[in-house]
Amino acid sequence: MIVHIKGIAVNGPGFGSWAELRNHLVAGTDLTHDPQLPPQGTILSGAERRRASPTIKLAVDVAQAALLSSGMDAEDLALVFASSNGDTLTIHQLCEALATPERLVSPTRFHNSVHNAPAGYWSIASGSRQPSSSICAGDDSFAAGLVEATSQCLTEDVPVLLVTVDLPFPEPLYEKTPGHQPFGVALVLDSHAEGSYAQMTISIAKSTPMDVTSMTDPVLENLRCDSSASRSLPLLAALAAAGKRLVVLRYSGDLQLSVTVEPLYVHSSCP
Amino acid sequence: MQPLVLNHYTLVNALGRGLSPTFTALSTKKSGLRPCDFLDVPINTYIGRIAGLEEEPIVARLREFDCRNNRLAQLGLVSDGFDTAVAAACNRYGAHRIAVILGTSTSGILETEQAYRRRDMKGALPEDFRYRTTHENYSVTDFVRRYLKLEGPALTISTACSSSAKVFASAYRLMDNNLCDAAVVGGVDSLCMTTLYGFSALEVVSSTPCRPADAERNGISIGEAAGFALLERPQGRNDVPALLGYGESSDAYHMSSPHPEGAGARLAMKRALQQSRLDTTQIDYINLHGTATRANDSAEDLAVSTLFGRLTPCSSTKGWTGHTLGAAGITEAIIGCLCLREGLLPASLNTTKVDPNFTMNVLLENHHQPLVRMLSNSFGFGGNNASLIFGYPEP
Repeated sequence: MIVHIKGIAVNGPGFGSWAELRNHLVAGTDLTHDPQLPPQGTILSGAERRRASPTIKLAVDVAQAALLSSGMDAEDLALVFASSNGDTLTIHQLCEALATPERLVSPTRFHNSVHNAPAGYWSIASGSRQPSSSICAGDDSFAAGLVEATSQCLTEDVPVLLVTVDLPFPEPLYEKTPGHQPFGVALVLDSHAEGSYAQMTISIAKSTPMDVTSMTDPVLENLRCDSSASRSLPLLAALAAAGKRLVVLRYSGDLQLSVTVEPLYVHSSCP
Repeated sequence: MQPLVLNHYTLVNALGRGLSPTFTALSTKKSGLRPCDFLDVPINTYIGRIAGLEEEPIVARLREFDCRNNRLAQLGLVSDGFDTAVAAACNRYGAHRIAVILGTSTSGILETEQAYRRRDMKGALPEDFRYRTTHENYSVTDFVRRYLKLEGPALTISTACSSSAKVFASAYRLMDNNLCDAAVVGGVDSLCMTTLYGFSALEVVSSTPCRPADAERNGISIGEAAGFALLERPQGRNDVPALLGYGESSDAYHMSSPHPEGAGARLAMKRALQQSRLDTTQIDYINLHGTATRANDSAEDLAVSTLFGRLTPCSSTKGWTGHTLGAAGITEAIIGCLCLREGLLPASLNTTKVDPNFTMNVLLENHHQPLVRMLSNSFGFGGNNASLIFGYPEP
């Protein structure tokens, strides 16, 4: 499958934007040691922002940043949202409420708990009536989302916004599912090349098992292994690089995704 | 689009384990709903519970996946010889060329709900609690994949009540891009406290068995189900049902209320018709999302009647099965295939007087007559819509 990247956004520990991560990857600028800013959910209306959890806000923030960098219209983009654990804080709060004698569940918390809540908030805020899917494939959710978004983009000839977000569980679930520092990544994919930053050629590899691409920087390599969203880092590194790169991502079971990334220089600078 | 055939399919729900008891209950108008007797939940409502799930543990080799939701998945896999059919397909295509795409909305969250009640003095969860293999949304897909020994692409789609309708679209796209040759699609959703108390908090749970499209309808009855279908490219047979089209859309309106005029629902149906190159007169029956909430059924009536007019026979089968949430798409897809096979237009069970404001043609009685194509609607929280068209492909 061949698909083009028209927008990129990322927010993770040490970098609040794609520009920051890219500068670190390309020019070696330091990652920030400041605590990660809480996501704002800027596209949401005031009422929706008050109802939204950090997972929802992080998802719509990276979605909006990727949309801006693509210069495309939100109404045209289908959405694929991927996450391994979904809305971790809301799930914790629900289970806590259900363990009390009264079992009082807040209606807002209940509708926020569905895996597609971030996608729903996005569609309401952006006005997009295009198809919207929300998926999970455990630690491989980003790779599965990439396949889902690319196949949709090509088969339906619709540009697709792929958003992958993971946040940590609070205790006591954290002890059972550690890791997942807040990490959000969003890509705008299109079947048409004009105005794109890079081209990706994606295939499923089975018979020739290669090593999954790791990060050379030990800090980023630790981060890569932290969540499904952070497993996008090698692909982001290839997008920051100057030449053609092959990235191998772990996919379902012992399958792997082989992604060849070729930057296109039609743009004066990367977003 | 190129139709994809459903050579094998199965369904476990409140009507029984497998296609035969399900069809018997449909044709004799016997509902699977019963007064709520799930755990210690004192909510005044009816539920579509599958009796005996508690006594059906997971196979020993996959014991770490043991939870109500995966037990239900396993019951589905062994019904109607589905696992045997997949094993044969595996020999034909190779394990890595068969995808597994399943829908669920709450997966095994019941395990976490119960574990939170067993926290120790320090607030820690019990030693025996496993999150990843029970509650995580991927758990059910991972379990099914391992149970069937499949090695192809796998993912869970979780878009609330449209989850297991959208699996058909996802499978079509994987096959269209030659990433697999066949796909096990389906959905599994089981009773849990999150949905029983959550829908109660939204005040949309009915104290009587749900009455879709009825003037007096007052909410949903929650059910549970597991359904599976093996999707393959056509092999020259025209006596098995096929997926002829799908349509997806978003409401862009509200998190838990449908667009009042059903704009998103209408768009999903329209896209399904366009993709299948069919016009509305070629659809013999519509299986409505028909949850029996005031808002859903009114919006769906507007969406259906503005697109189809007032003639096309429609009904919701949730009066039989309850609303099986993340499994509703597959439940009603399989019921649709059964109705095609057996020539049944099912009634809207429990409905006595259709809402006088409605225009669509809601069936109050079963009609036994041949039908060639049907459309099934599934709409979920977040304004997530999917419509599927099944029928016999042209010879």
